[in-house]
Amino acid sequence: MNAHDPGAAGRMNKSVPLVTITIDGEEVSVPDGSTILTACNAAGKDTPTLCYGDTLTPKNACRVCMVELKGSRVLVPSCSRKVQPGMEVLTDSERVRHSRRLVLELLGSSVDLSTTPRIDEWMARYDADPDRYGERAGESLRRDVHEPGEHHAGNGSVAATMSQPVKIDNDLFVRDYSKCILCYKCVDACGVQWQNSFAIQIAGRGFDSQISTEFAAELPDSACVFCGNCVEVCPTGALSFKSEYDMRADGTWDESQQTQTTTICTYCGVGCNLNLHVQDNKIVKVTAPHDHDVNHGNLCIKGRFGFQHVQNRTDDDKD
Amino acid sequence: MDLKFSNAEPFPEERDAVDRLLGAAEGGWHGGERDEKDLRRAHTGHAARSRRHLVLEALHAVNDRVGWISPGALNYIGKRLSVAAADVYSVATFYALFSTNMRPKRIVHVCTDIACMARGSKEVCADLEKRLGPAGAMSGWKHSPCLGVCERAPAALAVEAGDPPHEHLIGPVTVDEVVLALNDGPEALAAEAPPIMAVPQAGQEGLMLLKRVGRVDPESIDDYIAADGYAGLRRAFEMEPGQVISEVKDSRLMGRGGAAFPTGIKWESTAKQPATPRYLVCNADESEPGTFKDRAILEGDPFALIESMTIAGYAIGAERGYIYLRGEYPRAYRMLRNAIEKARERGFLGENIQGSGCSFELEIRRGAGAYICGEETAIFNSIEGYRGEPRSKPPFPFEFGLFGKPTVVNNVETLCNVPLIVQMGGAEYAKIGAEGSTGPKLFCVSGNLARPGVYEVPFGVTLGDVLELAGGVTPGRTLQAVLLGGAAGGFVRADELDIPLTFEGVRANNSTLGSGVVLAFDDTVDLTGVLLRIARFFRDESCGQCVPCRVGTVRQEEALLRIAHNRRDAAAKGRDVGLLRDVGRAMKDASICGLGQAAWNAIESAIDRLGVLEETK
Repeated sequence: MNAHDPGAAGRMNKSVPLVTITIDGEEVSVPDGSTILTACNAAGKDTPTLCYGDTLTPKNACRVCMVELKGSRVLVPSCSRKVQPGMEVLTDSERVRHSRRLVLELLGSSVDLSTTPRIDEWMARYDADPDRYGERAGESLRRDVHEPGEHHAGNGSVAATMSQPVKIDNDLFVRDYSKCILCYKCVDACGVQWQNSFAIQIAGRGFDSQISTEFAAELPDSACVFCGNCVEVCPTGALSFKSEYDMRADGTWDESQQTQTTTICTYCGVGCNLNLHVQDNKIVKVTAPHDHDVNHGNLCIKGRFGFQHVQNRTDDDKD
Repeated sequence: MDLKFSNAEPFPEERDAVDRLLGAAEGGWHGGERDEKDLRRAHTGHAARSRRHLVLEALHAVNDRVGWISPGALNYIGKRLSVAAADVYSVATFYALFSTNMRPKRIVHVCTDIACMARGSKEVCADLEKRLGPAGAMSGWKHSPCLGVCERAPAALAVEAGDPPHEHLIGPVTVDEVVLALNDGPEALAAEAPPIMAVPQAGQEGLMLLKRVGRVDPESIDDYIAADGYAGLRRAFEMEPGQVISEVKDSRLMGRGGAAFPTGIKWESTAKQPATPRYLVCNADESEPGTFKDRAILEGDPFALIESMTIAGYAIGAERGYIYLRGEYPRAYRMLRNAIEKARERGFLGENIQGSGCSFELEIRRGAGAYICGEETAIFNSIEGYRGEPRSKPPFPFEFGLFGKPTVVNNVETLCNVPLIVQMGGAEYAKIGAEGSTGPKLFCVSGNLARPGVYEVPFGVTLGDVLELAGGVTPGRTLQAVLLGGAAGGFVRADELDIPLTFEGVRANNSTLGSGVVLAFDDTVDLTGVLLRIARFFRDESCGQCVPCRVGTVRQEEALLRIAHNRRDAAAKGRDVGLLRDVGRAMKDASICGLGQAAWNAIESAIDRLGVLEETK
């Protein structure tokens, strides 16, 4: 279920008027200014989300959280639509199920979702069959060439995909855009919402869009500061830490064997919180708690990647 | 903002093109010469960041001058406007008329869209392929979506980058003209057909919206004034702004861009907003395939729009208006620029217009080849210098529009009704046409008809009447189907010509007027091919923001391609039609904006109404 930010008023313990809406026939009250998604969570409705980020402004691009709102011509995105008194919302009507099924199928047929958490459960829940769109097209080497308004149509025998070579241009994180659903979360984390580095944006148009630096320059040549906040928010594993990527490639990545320890970064006095993911007594990646007041899931290059000294051990030091 | 740019520098002509738009660069921080003052110069803050809205214009300046946008030019634009290089790149790669890959200075865009398909664009393209090689920037000619010259189909747009650049709409186009434009430049072509050519009724008595087209010199403000011009504005200034809005409400004028929203309500809700400044945006991004009515007005009677916008600005309390003009209308651009200049000279724009105390300024913003920018919120993002991606509604434009301020967006034709309403009074205007659809209406009549063009009729005439006005189908041919409302509209059968062309009349017949497209196909046209072109159009024009539309338009085209390539396999066809319905419904239900929501309309109507995909050919 999605954690939700109670908002500034909530944190300051001011009383906020409650708004009552109906979800699947049951009344639920949430603070004014909440989204339908917050109300769904409060009502115990498990809503699939992909582009929603608990630390980001809703982009409502993925359209997997759509719900039916009485009086609305089209379905509405629960992640961004604010509640209004008396709204009547359906989360499991035939229309909603159809729309969620199709969104999952469209994504599943075009993107590698193998590292997307919970995707199999949702595919099953909505009877999604991504294979019915035909055999998936192979890797394209031209996804970084942008000619908006033009495409090669082919004969429909293969289903177009995001499939493309993985980008490994630095030692810290890997960009595997075959897994990218273009949710904009990395762009928002890199831009005004958090990091203000503006290294990446969406380039191109339509299905040929691609997260990109200017002229697809490699990250070390771009404005990237390697904070890894884009990796932190990526919902599909398209962005992953090099350590995780390498271990997955070696077949040694095993989340069941990992522990998470929350601690405070020691590099400076800001007091960012870190989650150290440890497997076999080795830090394998560093994330940050999204609900922490100091850094809200964000870190800098030092906090995120500067942990090698901790495990710079000789064989004699082990055990 | 501390932005990082690569070392790529602009070529002198790129720098010059940008400097002519923005003025010379001030100091090293903004891309100019570094000097000792840079150490003491503030180079950030709101002033620096408030220039983002010039990104699209700056990209135009470079693209018009050089033909493409190099990494150095991109950096220079970024530095001048305090926008990150990745951001400028993301905007530049959104628009089809820009290129971030090196290409020749001369390009001819050959329309392959549905109206031109009905009139021989396929043959033109086949011949071009033989003479010049396959379409693509490097061979000098490219396929283009509808260029809005459907009355002279097949059409093409020849462009030549340079100082000054040359742009020229050709129609009907021949292979020789394309080759001539590529070899000797668009200047070598014969002059464009005069604006009157788009309006077969020109000069007839009783016209209201088209009364001046062909009768006045579109470049002369004196001609305009002598032909009843600015009478509407004078009348408006005699009233209070609220009264003008009341008249528009009484007229029951509905938007002519496609959504048919009551204009008076839109104005009233905007005028009521306490936030200022308020803005007026004229949507002249006419890109719906088969639509060319606004071009006819802009080329033949541009002052009418200037006057209309001034009245609208007065009514809603906006002191600044933007005309968002599609990039493929070079003559309309020239005419509008001239009209704005002349109106300003004569005190019809600017401060204290005609001593009324009312001030209003107008600016043209050119699109750059993106259908989606005609969406009412995408147009804001495009003007503001962002990718033309639609915003999520609510909030609606009347509360949070351009630059986050209350904004009215109206189509060209909608606005041009305003002087008429003000002059005759709303109640009187409402007597024209039908109960739910008042006033005169322009129809873009094209396809296989004797006299295609823009026709003005009062609301209420039937589809058959309009086809008859345009001379009917060519003798010896039979009508196969008519597309109403463009690619986002729907097909009707040849036996449904008694449909009244009113908003309520077409709705009752489960179709739409859209932007007023009436596109007739005779029995020589391969409708499956037309459907494929529509699917291709939406796949190309989807902005890519939301999944249902971004991937749905791809799957829709793929399914249609399979059906077209494998007509005999009935079971496979059945599966694909089912798939089309599933995808179409999700696009309609779950897309962010009208593009995705309507991307399946025409194809659905062709299946259900015409039985196109049921035929075994």
